Amino acid sequence: MASLDRVKVLVLGDSGVGKSSLVHLLCQNQVLGNPSWTVGCSVDVRVQDYKEGTPEEKTYYIELWDVGGSLGSASSIKSTRAVFYNSVNGIMLVHDLTNKKSSQNLYRWSLEALNKDSSPTGVIVSNGDYDREQFAENSVPLLLIGTKFDQIPETKRNEVLTRTAFLSEDFNAEEFNLDCTNPRYLAAGTSNAVKLSRFFDKVIEKRYFTRDPSPMTGFTDRKRFNFKSLHYD
Amino acid sequence: MSFLVDSVIMFTSQVLFFGFGWLFFMRQLFKDYEVRQYIVQVVFSITFAFSCTMFELIIFEILGALSSNSRYFHWKLNLYVILLVLIFVVPFYIGYFVVSNIRLLQRQKLLFACMVWFTFMYFFWKLGDPFPILSPKHGILSIEQLISRVGVIGVTLMALLSGFGAVNCPYTYMSYFLRNVTDSDILALERRLLQTMDMIVSKKKRIAMTRRQMYQRGEDQNKQTGFWGMIKSVTSPQTGSENLSLIQQEVDALEELSRQLFLETVDLQATKERIEYSTTFQGKYFNFLGYFFSIYCVWKIFMVKFWSQHISFILVGIIIVTSIRGLLITLTKFFYAISSSKSSNVIVLVLAQIMGMYFVSSVLLMRMSMPLEYRTIVTEVLGELQFNFYHRWFDVIFLVSALSSILFLYLAHKQAPEKQMAL
Repeated sequence: MASLDRVKVLVLGDSGVGKSSLVHLLCQNQVLGNPSWTVGCSVDVRVQDYKEGTPEEKTYYIELWDVGGSLGSASSIKSTRAVFYNSVNGIMLVHDLTNKKSSQNLYRWSLEALNKDSSPTGVIVSNGDYDREQFAENSVPLLLIGTKFDQIPETKRNEVLTRTAFLSEDFNAEEFNLDCTNPRYLAAGTSNAVKLSRFFDKVIEKRYFTRDPSPMTGFTDRKRFNFKSLHYD
Repeated sequence: MSFLVDSVIMFTSQVLFFGFGWLFFMRQLFKDYEVRQYIVQVVFSITFAFSCTMFELIIFEILGALSSNSRYFHWKLNLYVILLVLIFVVPFYIGYFVVSNIRLLQRQKLLFACMVWFTFMYFFWKLGDPFPILSPKHGILSIEQLISRVGVIGVTLMALLSGFGAVNCPYTYMSYFLRNVTDSDILALERRLLQTMDMIVSKKKRIAMTRRQMYQRGEDQNKQTGFWGMIKSVTSPQTGSENLSLIQQEVDALEELSRQLFLETVDLQATKERIEYSTTFQGKYFNFLGYFFSIYCVWKIFMVKFWSQHISFILVGIIIVTSIRGLLITLTKFFYAISSSKSSNVIVLVLAQIMGMYFVSSVLLMRMSMPLEYRTIVTEVLGELQFNFYHRWFDVIFLVSALSSILFLYLAHKQAPEKQMAL
């Protein structure tokens, strides 16, 4: 067995949106029968063929780090959680389509993970407002996933899809929606599966094939400095 | 005329309390959830409003504000409403939302909710039998029957919480008990946590790779038919699956370890933050308060019978304010810890029920702390309950709760440094 190179992807989102079910589906190709509370962080591994079908095909292990907890946790939990945000190569932001608040909280989740270097206790460098520039210049690939799609009634589907489209624009990321208890949403050949593969390929490329070999640290110092100076006006 | 003015005052204050409960619900409890059933928010705010009004009436009683007739009227009104809410409205809605969560019973939601409510009423009624809470001359459908039962539940709850609080408060705030935690302790633990995660990852990689190879070989094996296929399957035995289950067991053990390490790290971080807080001015102030209140709590544990009338009057005010604040904070923490998007409605209603019962029994017990001249209104309004029973019951449960909390905290405190030695 050849030693395969390491790629780390975080899976973030509010409690109860379905991160553990999603990770289980992606890695074991099976539906998770008994989801329970995630304490700390649970990791699973997915074997991904980079550039499948081409002569440059290579197999990578993608580590999916499913970090449990909520944004309202005590600061001691937040400080401990920050330990898992080291050297991240990609982030999957998961939200529950039946709960608007979980979608809104994704801004804060991404800030918590990407600003980890400057603010381990959860006090964010920015004033908490969303800054589109920050996300446009962000070098860590993001993917937006909406869960519990089957629980949306037909009449509301368009509204929900419009909302997630806006969300993906804000994050400058791809997005798709699924139901974690039904593997057919990720069957080979569906647009969801294609987007997923594209995301993983992008993560692998950024990690191994960019000109700049330094590890990803989210928002770089230069951007943070620019952003801080805006506050002094 | 004065009755009208008094009623307007009462009504305004009730609206204010309702608004406060509404805001608390929206900003604190349901911060992360979408409110889809407004009835839950309304019920919670109503319970909160009428509970606070009861405390307000006690204060008015002591201060002599408003005329005594209107006070008596509003007492009665308030009591009826809050009993109605606590015994009919909230339990019914709890049953309704629990039933809605269960998929099997979706069709006949109302019917099952009513059934749940009747079961609740049966047990609620049965609760009163073993306790000597009523003097025998009362009829079966009097208000005293209901209050007495609500009082028992509420008083038990209050005593449990007070007992635990009396012991936990000094333990948390007094720096004498804070273990010494350094940054290097935390870093060492974090390093161990990450190492464990890395071990889990490498084992899961092996499992994934082995499974993939087995899957590919399995496909090949399906293609192999005939004589040579059979020979091959005999000579190369499948050891893959045995190895897999072994590695899976190791992974399960490591995952359990990682969870424990995570919780220990959180604990150390919390202790470190408490130490930092204790060096600030606010922290020192609360430390002093902690010593003061611990002396007060010890005094209360050992000298329960002795009460000075005038000190107790001031303490009534403090107790009201701190108990409301403390209860809300505890409820919020509890809510965050156990709720999910499915069960949030049920949990909020359960909290509203607890809050209402807690406040009703506070009034019952407060009678003990009030100076003699003010006890009459409470006695008059609540009818002839055996108040002595409630006081004795509170004392017993308080003592039991305090002693078990001391034991529990002692064991927890002792176990922690031993864990650190094992690092």
